This record gives sequence, C-alpha cells and structure tokens, in this order.
Amino acid sequence: MFEMVIPAFIVGGLICVVGQLLMDLTKPAFTPAHVLVTFVTGGAVLGALGWYAPLVKIGGAGATVPLSGFGYSLAKGAMEAVGKKGVMGAFYGGIEATAVGIASAILFGYLVSVTFNPKG
Amino acid sequence: MSNQNLREPTINITPEEYKKLSQQRTPKPKAARNIPRAFLVGGLICAIGQIIINFFLASGLSRNDASSAATAVLIFIGALLTGLGVYDDIGKWAGAGSIVPVTGFANSIVSPALEFKREGYVMGVGAKLFTIAGPILVYGIATSIAVGLIYYVLRF
Repeated sequence: MFEMVIPAFIVGGLICVVGQLLMDLTKPAFTPAHVLVTFVTGGAVLGALGWYAPLVKIGGAGATVPLSGFGYSLAKGAMEAVGKKGVMGAFYGGIEATAVGIASAILFGYLVSVTFNPKG
Repeated sequence: MSNQNLREPTINITPEEYKKLSQQRTPKPKAARNIPRAFLVGGLICAIGQIIINFFLASGLSRNDASSAATAVLIFIGALLTGLGVYDDIGKWAGAGSIVPVTGFANSIVSPALEFKREGYVMGVGAKLFTIAGPILVYGIATSIAVGLIYYVLRF
C-alpha cells in the first residue's frame, strides 16, 4: 500500500518547487494560469522527447499528479494512437488518453460550483 | 477662479515616478519561505495520489486505469475543498505546491465558476469553468496533436 510513496513525495515536491521558482522569479508576469499552461506544454514536449517517462518510473504519482504529467499523458496518448491508426491518431490519441481526467474535471467542477456559494 | 472644493494634491509625482515607487515598495517574494512550503505541500499531494493509485492497483485495475481513476479522485477532492473554501487557504500558504498538482487544476476550474455564479448558469458557471482550464486544454491538446503529427512524419 505504501510502496513508491516516498519517491512520489520527493519527485512531486521538486516539480512543485520548479513551479514556485517560475512564479517568484518572473513576478508578476507569471500567474498561476501561466504556470499551469507552461507545465502542460512542457510535460507534453518532454514526453515527446522521451525525457518524462524516466521521471514517471522514478517518481510514480510524483510525476503524474502534477500538471506536467497531464501533458505527458497527452503526448504519449497521441504517439501511441499514431502507431495504431496513423495520422488520425494524432488528433484523438491525446484526448482519449486524458478523457477520464477532462470529463471528471468538468463534471465535478460543475457539480461543486452549482452546490456551493462563494465565501464572503 | 479655481474650484475651492478641490484640495491640493497630496503627492506631487508623475505616474512614472509612482510606478517606480510602487515597484520599490512591493515586497520581494520570500523564496526561502516559499520553496520549502511548495515542496512540502506538493510532495504531500503527490504522496496521497500514490496511495490512491496503490489502492486501485490492489483492487485489480491496470496501471493506466489506476492512474486515471486516481486523477479523477484527486480532481473530486480538489473541487470539493475549493467549494468548501478550504483549498484557497491551503493555496495562500503553499503557493505552487497547491497550484501545480491536478488538485490545483480542479481549483482553477471551480474558483472562477463560483465567483461568477451570479451571472447565471450558462455565461456564469458554464463559461467561467474554463477561464483557466480553457487555455490549459488549448495549449495541451494543440501540443499533443503537433507531437502526434511530427511522430507520424518521423516514423516513415
């Protein structure tokens, strides 16, 4: 049950430190939105180059839970789908691989927004 | 005759000077304090994610499915904590530690939707869900398509 938890903590923590540095060193140009966009795009590019997979192997959830892992899944899905269906795969592979995340974000995001009211 | 109701300006500086002054007075980010916090909270969220993945693996899911299911659970937790107003308190302390993990993605979806709820269910909640998620999906999906096309070309 607790295997890989320490590596996940360390790798995940380090990836978040990169985000913190991005925000602090570029203040005020980088908002949280910029950080998230940078991480998704960066994760996809690193994934395409084959550099993100070793990080997932070492860190498990530490590499997949940060948004860079979402980018990695998008790129990995697109490349795997190209292997199966050719050029069409480039279009559906990324979304297919991340469909559970995107769909649950929309559903849970909507339900919570409808149920709760803003504080203050 | 000048208007007597107008008082003399209290600060005699040009907008440029004011801008410079405000930049000087804006507190510098405290890297020494922010970095350990981001590491601690970000690491903790990923460790919880790993425990959830391990749980799904033990219940018989494949590694890919376990990872997807754990992502959905984390998104649910992030969305719920945002609705309860807890996640923003965590965010004030943790900085990027709470923004970068997928729970922060959930937070970025719920937060603007809640704030603009009074503008209705279509243009308020429905549209504002994507204030930050929109750019993320645009750049993420566009990059994945580009990666797929390049991979397709290089393969032949």
